[in-house]
Amino acid sequence: MTILETHTATTASPAPPLPAAEPAPRSAATILEIDRLSLWYGEAKALSEIDLEIPRQRITAFIGPSGCGKSTLLRCINRLNDLVDGVRIEGDVRFEGASVYDPELDVNLLRKRIGMVFQKSNPFPKSVYENVAFGRRVQGMSKTSELDEAVERSLRDAALWDEVKGRLGDSALDLSGGQQQRLCIARALAVDPEVLLYDEPCSALDPVATGKIEELMHALKDRYTQVIVTHNMQQASRVSDSTAFLYLGELVEYDDTEKIFTNPGNKRTEDYITGRFG
Amino acid sequence: MAEAASPPTTRAAGAPLGPPPPKDRSGDRRRRDRLGLSLTWLSGGALAFNLLLILFLLGLIAYRGGGYFWQRDVALLTLEGGGKALGEINLRELRPAIEWQDPDIPLYRVRLKVGNRDFTGTDFVWIDESAIELEERPEDMVMLERLEWGNFYGWLVELRSGGKLVTEGTGEVWRRFGPLHDEKLREREVVRDLEKGPIGDVNYEIEKLRLDLAGVELAALAEDEAERRRREIAERLAGREAEYEELAERLFALRDELQRDTVVLETIDGTRKELPVAAIVRAVRPNELGVGGKLGLYASRVWDFIADAPRESNTEGGIFPAIFGTVMMVFIMSFVVTPFGVLAALYLREYARQGPLVRVVRIAVNNLAGVPSIVFGVFGLGFFVYLVGGTIDSLFFPEALPTPTFGTGGILWASLTLAILTVPVVIVATEEGLAAVPRMVREGSYALGATKFETTWKVVVPAAAPGILTGMILAMARAAGEVAPLMIVGMVKLAPALPIDHHAPFVHLERKFMHLGFHIYDVGFQSPNVEATTPLVFATALLLIGVVTVMNLVAIGLRNHLRAKYKGSAV
Repeated sequence: MTILETHTATTASPAPPLPAAEPAPRSAATILEIDRLSLWYGEAKALSEIDLEIPRQRITAFIGPSGCGKSTLLRCINRLNDLVDGVRIEGDVRFEGASVYDPELDVNLLRKRIGMVFQKSNPFPKSVYENVAFGRRVQGMSKTSELDEAVERSLRDAALWDEVKGRLGDSALDLSGGQQQRLCIARALAVDPEVLLYDEPCSALDPVATGKIEELMHALKDRYTQVIVTHNMQQASRVSDSTAFLYLGELVEYDDTEKIFTNPGNKRTEDYITGRFG
Repeated sequence: MAEAASPPTTRAAGAPLGPPPPKDRSGDRRRRDRLGLSLTWLSGGALAFNLLLILFLLGLIAYRGGGYFWQRDVALLTLEGGGKALGEINLRELRPAIEWQDPDIPLYRVRLKVGNRDFTGTDFVWIDESAIELEERPEDMVMLERLEWGNFYGWLVELRSGGKLVTEGTGEVWRRFGPLHDEKLREREVVRDLEKGPIGDVNYEIEKLRLDLAGVELAALAEDEAERRRREIAERLAGREAEYEELAERLFALRDELQRDTVVLETIDGTRKELPVAAIVRAVRPNELGVGGKLGLYASRVWDFIADAPRESNTEGGIFPAIFGTVMMVFIMSFVVTPFGVLAALYLREYARQGPLVRVVRIAVNNLAGVPSIVFGVFGLGFFVYLVGGTIDSLFFPEALPTPTFGTGGILWASLTLAILTVPVVIVATEEGLAAVPRMVREGSYALGATKFETTWKVVVPAAAPGILTGMILAMARAAGEVAPLMIVGMVKLAPALPIDHHAPFVHLERKFMHLGFHIYDVGFQSPNVEATTPLVFATALLLIGVVTVMNLVAIGLRNHLRAKYKGSAV
């Protein structure tokens, strides 16, 4: 159903008092658990006790108005918030059952298994080939034939191979915005991750490029767990299986996408989705 | 959509509805426009002024310096009272006033370069223009550039060999002189090659053997071992010395051969002198040369200037050793300062915790750039030359003591001193380059599982490479021009050998070297013949600018190549 239809449906009949938000069904198919996670930037509390389970090989979306903490939450998963000064965390994030904040854990290995694509595409100022090969090189792969194969495979998976196969040596910055973003996805895929995190990947792209990225996400669904942060609700409804709505650092509702967008349990969710605030 | 609350306007039918006309602020706007316009003119004018200054500076140096090599006509002046003078007129100026002179009538005098210092003692004479009765340009007069005593202006009247007359008469002598001179130049080359080659090598080895002998004494060996070594060295020494004797004999024979053919010179006064042909560097008949001939002569002189070694206490000859010394020193300095500065900047920006201590260090680094350069020279003397050099000498070259090897000024210490002088520039430029690498690029690298070390070296530093090269270019430009600190740590007026030669270990970092900047000072202000060398100052300055420009262009070319390769860098 479209947003307009939803709007008409909910305003047509007064809604009964809503039960508390129900978490998505727990199962052995959970790959990431976020357990009462709170985060402070200095004195300001950015996340309040988020409880969330992310299922394997599905696409999960985080939606919410600007400043609600969805990017912050995403960055906690691969511990990129470690790079920011003054961050304090309480609670836990568990990947395959093991805490991500375990001091014995090799954070670089974690980041290899959980890849990230950023809001503004950030290819390295190197050639297309070197960008995609970078992750592998850093892990020690040096044989050209192996690297060639890995690069081609990743570029094919990212649906970019046909467009760049003749200019692998050109600078990555020569590509268009959409191509650069797919290059970043290829770069992330090259290290064989298990989870892919997308931080508003299409916010700087035109609709055609956005469509290509969304197609890509569908194509990758079987092999990877994907989590996407987006401020574009229509994109979340198109692309994801489950959606979490965050507001001012709190998890308001988390459920199957269809349910969130047709019959949200929480009034705030409904207000956001119908555009009463944003 | 809210409705715009506009006052109802009455309009004629058919007239377009538009916004009400704005209040008339045209006077205000015009004033502001004029102010903006005058600012444009002001900044454009300032830029034009600076460019003109630079062009004027370069033009003046090029004119005065370039003019040094141009051959003027030689004039034969007949003066009132019967005297004659022969020389190049190279200056005409208002003469200083004398008591009985009418102040309204300007009197001029000319400066005549007469050469012939061995005859007359002075290189230049001043002659009042009013005293000149006749000015001629004799075509058969000859100008010689000589190994000693500077230029000669006069006539070649006789050709002799072994003391016996071969030809006489200026025309015939000149005809034979050309090929004979070429032959003598070749012979002189042979002698020079012999001196620099085999004789130089033998001397070098003899010196080394003597040092080895001293080393045996110093090494506390068992007596029979020491005796054995001494005998071995003595044997080799004897062999070498025999070789030297043989070579020296050959050399003396060749030199005698060189002196055999002579030419008799005659000055304008009729004085004669006999001079070996081999002592002449170049011989021309200036008044016979057309423009083509003069241009050829000009090119030949410029080439000699760049490629030859100096003569006559640096007032004549070429400046090749100075060019070589300057370029080599700048290169060694660049290779030292770049890694040093880049690593320091990396630590300051990437690894150190950004607190008050780091701020203090940054301030200290910036202040280091303001320290007068002679202070660095003194530091280099105390630390590098005496402390480090002295220690190296006592550890590795004890047999040469008390003659210092590294414990005295040399090209290595000079380069290191200048490296410390220019390190703040490299640090600041590198920090700018590193800061210009966007955070997103670094995060992208971390998100792939790269460690901080890998991110820094494989992503950040290559992206900052153009900025690093900018720092290196600035450092090179600054170092090439510094003279004061070098005077204390290894630069000399005349170096006997280049720091690179064919004796192992081929690069001799302990040798003293010559430098273009110091050469300018020395030639311009320390030479016995200042009037002759003033144009030489400009020529050397022009060459120094040229050398620095070439080095900078090479570095800029490299930076542009890197910029294209790592597109996306902001510096």
